[in-house]
Amino acid sequence: MIIYALAFLLFLVGLYGLLTKKNLVKIVISVIIMEYAAILFIVSIGDKFNAEDPLLLKGAAPHAMVDPLAHAMALAYVLIGFSVLALMVSLVIRLYENYGTLDITKIKKLKG
Amino acid sequence: MNNLLVLYIIIPLAAVFIIPLLSRFNSKISGWLALSATAALALVTVLSGIALQTQKILIYKVGGWEAPIGINLVLDSFSFLFVTIISLIGLLVVIYSTAYINKYNSKNKYYILYLLMMTGMLGVVLTGDLFSMFVFIELAAISTYALVAFGGKAEEFEASFKYLILGTLASIMILLAIVMVYSITGSLNMAQAALSLAKLPQNQIAKLALALFIMGFGLKAALVPFHTWLPDAHTSSPAPISATLSGVLIKILGIYTLIRIIFNVFGFSPMISEILMALGILSMVVGGLLALGQWDMKRMLAYSSISQIGYIVFGFGIGTPLALSGAIFHLLNHAIFKPLLFMNAGAIEQSTGTRNLKDLGGLGKLMPVTFATSTVGALSISGMPPFNGFWSKLTIIFAAVLSGHYWYAFIAAVASIITLAYFLKIQKFVFLDEAKENIKNIKEAAPAMLAPMVILAAVCIITGIFYPVIIKTMVLPAVRIISQGLFYSRIIGG
Repeated sequence: MIIYALAFLLFLVGLYGLLTKKNLVKIVISVIIMEYAAILFIVSIGDKFNAEDPLLLKGAAPHAMVDPLAHAMALAYVLIGFSVLALMVSLVIRLYENYGTLDITKIKKLKG
Repeated sequence: MNNLLVLYIIIPLAAVFIIPLLSRFNSKISGWLALSATAALALVTVLSGIALQTQKILIYKVGGWEAPIGINLVLDSFSFLFVTIISLIGLLVVIYSTAYINKYNSKNKYYILYLLMMTGMLGVVLTGDLFSMFVFIELAAISTYALVAFGGKAEEFEASFKYLILGTLASIMILLAIVMVYSITGSLNMAQAALSLAKLPQNQIAKLALALFIMGFGLKAALVPFHTWLPDAHTSSPAPISATLSGVLIKILGIYTLIRIIFNVFGFSPMISEILMALGILSMVVGGLLALGQWDMKRMLAYSSISQIGYIVFGFGIGTPLALSGAIFHLLNHAIFKPLLFMNAGAIEQSTGTRNLKDLGGLGKLMPVTFATSTVGALSISGMPPFNGFWSKLTIIFAAVLSGHYWYAFIAAVASIITLAYFLKIQKFVFLDEAKENIKNIKEAAPAMLAPMVILAAVCIITGIFYPVIIKTMVLPAVRIISQGLFYSRIIGG
């Protein structure tokens, strides 16, 4: 249960930053914190006390095996998060070029 | 015939890799490659439709691995409906783009991103595995963020950034929910997860996961408390992309995934029914009222999408077979007339250089084909008989009355009148008033833009007149899949 609580705490830290910060770079960092909360959650779901083997090895006890699927998911999400981050940062650069500011309250040409 | 399914992923993905290689030699080739890829997809859709007549479900095991280890691609009548929508609208939008996209200078990148988006959407619909569904959602979403910003103006970057932040938030919620389902069931396969979840009816983590799914997919589908990104994103993107986003993408990433997970993985319950009905009614009314006050044509259409998505979710929320068939039929209809209306808006913007209703007028005589098709679309979406929107809205409202939700049915009927009001506003200000001085000499749009519009308008009329045939061949089999719920999982999960 503590895994769920800690992962949610980290997720909420990111969400708090997303909702309250006005600087675009800080918003990007908040999103990254939320992504890391998700990655840590996946990894800790796959974790098992005193287990080391990544596969079911011959002769080893089955409870010495860690779930490899969780790690594969975490790795896949790291890549997805990286491509989202690249796109996010390039949009921030473009927004700065166009508006001359990083303050999100001043970036409001769209309305309605 | 099961091998057909993998072609849905391979064909667009192969075109994505071939386009940048070949377009070095000839810049015109990218359009033709995209066109042939989408035409091939349409052919595959027809073939798999024929195969689906004899086999109830097509399953392709990727790499030959059985279900818990490998990933399954599954095509049943519910996903076939969505595959049909994607390949039909995908083909027509590429035809439209060949004429529209000339004003941008990097056509190759446009088609690459567009085909990546199609790969993502087809993958979401076909996969039977929760995590690969997430990967395909992200594939479609990331290419959409880039397409929204494609015009390269300040507003477009702003809309794209807003969409990107909220879309990523939604994705993280979906991922957390998927991992929770994995942690309590030990399987990522939808069918097997469903069978394990059925044995844990009062699990608290399952409830938390369901709540996260509803929030995440609600954000992707732009249901009302989560809708703020949609009007910006759908207004700022190029017109063919707006047509795909409003007509197809929000239905695949939001509605299809939500319905598949609620009905076929978690199982429908009265609590979910209340939540979906409340979200649906809220979107229907708020979206409609906000649309009424808009003067930007595309922005009005975008708010109208929120309102119509409200109808669809409301229909799914009622949950009776009649309501489900109404919701699925409305979903199909909305995927036909909303791209049509966005294409009209794009044609008008291309010809006149503006989409502000106050600057337009009298286009009825100058652009007769656009006027005629737009009238068909407007009458369909506001539910005039005998067009297709009438039958689906009637079915949803009728189902609400039969299941005892009289107030909801009344509100849905009123929202339909609001829809008629803002489409009359478009028709009056764009096509009927006197033409302003500066747009007196404009010409009708290019033939490649008119052809998809005429086809979609014809489909509107045909599905309206022959609606019993559509209901019998496409809608009712899909209703059977989702209303049977876990029975579907037993076939696949074994």
